[in-house]
Amino acid sequence: MPATNVNPTRMELTRLKKKLVTARRGHKLLKDKRDELMRRFLELVKENKELRLKVEKGIAEANRGFALAEAVMGSEAVKTALLAPKQSVSVDASSKNVMSVNVPVFDYKTRTADKSDIFSYGYVSTSADLDTAVSSLAKVFPDMLRLAEVEKSCALMAAEIEKTRRRVNALEHVMIPDYTEKIHYITMKLDENERSTQIRLLKVKDMVIKKNYDAKHAQK
Amino acid sequence: MYKMAAIGDRASVYGFAALGLDTYFVTEADEAKKLIRRLENDGAAVIYITEQLAELVKDELARISEAPLPAVIPIPGVYGNTGMGMKAVNESVIKAVGSDIV
Repeated sequence: MPATNVNPTRMELTRLKKKLVTARRGHKLLKDKRDELMRRFLELVKENKELRLKVEKGIAEANRGFALAEAVMGSEAVKTALLAPKQSVSVDASSKNVMSVNVPVFDYKTRTADKSDIFSYGYVSTSADLDTAVSSLAKVFPDMLRLAEVEKSCALMAAEIEKTRRRVNALEHVMIPDYTEKIHYITMKLDENERSTQIRLLKVKDMVIKKNYDAKHAQK
Repeated sequence: MYKMAAIGDRASVYGFAALGLDTYFVTEADEAKKLIRRLENDGAAVIYITEQLAELVKDELARISEAPLPAVIPIPGVYGNTGMGMKAVNESVIKAVGSDIV
């Protein structure tokens, strides 16, 4: 690739050399960032998968419970029982900085102090299946929250890794070779200029000597 | 303080009301998109969405996945597990690593 769009001057050469040093350092740093992000990401993904399996199983179990309860009590009765929830949750979302990615951290609070205070109905008119279903759902709830946290972190980190990888590749395969090429071009050009100046001087000197010699002989 | 919500068809999400989540019963894609936007503005940090519904509003979820909040998490509904949630996890691995290695 001929580097034609650079001025072969010493100033340009110094500038490019500085840029190359910066690019190399940036490349190294970004590569380290990418590797560390990747390590954490893979750990997180593993946890994500485990949690997901657990949560999916738990929800399926709860759904079975609800279906059973509906079969026993009738769907209207189940709906009525859960119509006015006693409990209410709110989450406190803060963020944690992992290698410049802000990942969320959720912390949930229930309105009533007792976290197991989830049964919004009297036990007289409802079937025990409903209790089982509700409590099995309550059991997976902490995992569900953790899943939300982990899955969101994974998505954000994946995006960041992709971006970092692009940058690393751009530096490694485009910027750094480009600078090296340009520096090489300028060095060669400057050397060439120097040689041609040298030759010109030699020629001029030859001419001067020849002129003096001829003049001396003509006198005789 | 942020809220948590569960959206999807009635049978799949009404149980979450017992835990204190806000439940919304939606089955249409347009309705769901509107609802997700509203929840986003109302300060919901976590939205659980049934896989069936998530399938319909994929582009909306892709948009949200870039933002730090809210976290939209697909969960299986009563009609069974479509494997979409797991697929999403694998997709993020592919995005990050370049191939599915886990």
